[in-house]
Amino acid sequence: MPPRDGLSAAPAAGEPLDLQAAYRDSHVGEVLDSLDRELIGLAPVKSRIRDIAALLLIDKLRRAVGLSSGPPALHMSFTGNPGTGKTTVAMRMAEILHRLGYVRKGHLIAVTRDDLVGQYIGHTAPKTREVLKKAMGGVLFIDEAYYLYRPENERDYGQEAIEILLQVMENQRDDLVVILAGYKDRMETFFRSNPGMSSRIAHHIDFPDYTPGELLAIARLMLEQMQYRVSGEGSEALREYIEKRRAQPHFANARSIRNALDRARLRQASRLFERIGGAISRQDLQTIEESDIRASRVFREQHD
Amino acid sequence: MRVTQGTFSFLPDLTDAQIARQIEYCLGNGWAVSVEYTDDPHPRNTYWEMFGTPMFDIRDAAGVMTEVNACRKTFPNHYIKLNAFDSTRGRESLRLSFIIGRPATEPGFGLLREEGPGRSVRYTTRAYATERPEGERY
Repeated sequence: MPPRDGLSAAPAAGEPLDLQAAYRDSHVGEVLDSLDRELIGLAPVKSRIRDIAALLLIDKLRRAVGLSSGPPALHMSFTGNPGTGKTTVAMRMAEILHRLGYVRKGHLIAVTRDDLVGQYIGHTAPKTREVLKKAMGGVLFIDEAYYLYRPENERDYGQEAIEILLQVMENQRDDLVVILAGYKDRMETFFRSNPGMSSRIAHHIDFPDYTPGELLAIARLMLEQMQYRVSGEGSEALREYIEKRRAQPHFANARSIRNALDRARLRQASRLFERIGGAISRQDLQTIEESDIRASRVFREQHD
Repeated sequence: MRVTQGTFSFLPDLTDAQIARQIEYCLGNGWAVSVEYTDDPHPRNTYWEMFGTPMFDIRDAAGVMTEVNACRKTFPNHYIKLNAFDSTRGRESLRLSFIIGRPATEPGFGLLREEGPGRSVRYTTRAYATERPEGERY
């Protein structure tokens, strides 16, 4: 792809190159800004995307002075606890890589084991190849990738799907980006039993659990997107709720927050319904009060 | 004798890169691409067989090219062509159809004359390849 930016004439050796102009003319700035705005936390992910974006710019400069520049290996693996944003980021990654110019079409095909593995001999290869054909030019996202490999069942055809994937990941690197995702310990087992897969993945990114501050910011963002607001005392109650809930078992990070907000909406709706016949303003419809949050079981169990 | 059926048939064989660009053009217009093959080169043969299914959901030429290469490997000595189908309302027909693979030698066609009543003559073409059974023609 010939560079279409401020680097039309190749500068002489030793002459300073205009990185500023290249940065301006690419879309890198907007991509990174929108990422910072729309995703809370996720520092390792954002730093890796920044690195990839920087490589894109430097590649452009290299091409302008006549040096070779090949696209980097882009296959990725996302590991982390439930609700840490793996699927969300994978969806965004297709768009990001497309805007950076590394992926031709930028569509995302999300599959799990059932879409790749067949039920009888000869079923797996066509199934996997169909999925790969659809994903060419975009990103293939395989959720819960460790289910592909089931060593305890010898009639399992997951290994065949893995082999086809490995071949395509190696030979058609320019056509397809593969992102695997799953829980950390099980992905580690999967990679240990499939060293070929592990070595083809250039970016192993771990999604850390969110801090309480980040969870509160996520809650605010979700409320804003749902066109709700929370009152001052409610905000304080939310902060306390998050701290208490984090300590309890089965905490699923952002997903738990979303569920909690949905329950708060239910309580708000019930509370407003009880005032039926009275006046309800637009403000009332939009506001989540402290009582809607304090009614949660999380606060009550403290007294057991 | 090179069969000149379909678009680009008077040009030398298209390279893979050129074929991919044509496919990109078709996909960019939202047309569905399919691959067909036959070993009967008669110009009135409209019954080419489709390899696989019409690719309505493929977004990129690389996906179509894997299907093309699979067809070439399975039928190295058949004619292979690409069709692009436009499904917009009111059109619903082929927009582009070009041959991308040929057998190594193409024997060509002969003219058949049939005398009718009153010494009238009816003409038709006959493909030399179809003198042999299907599968043994090239």
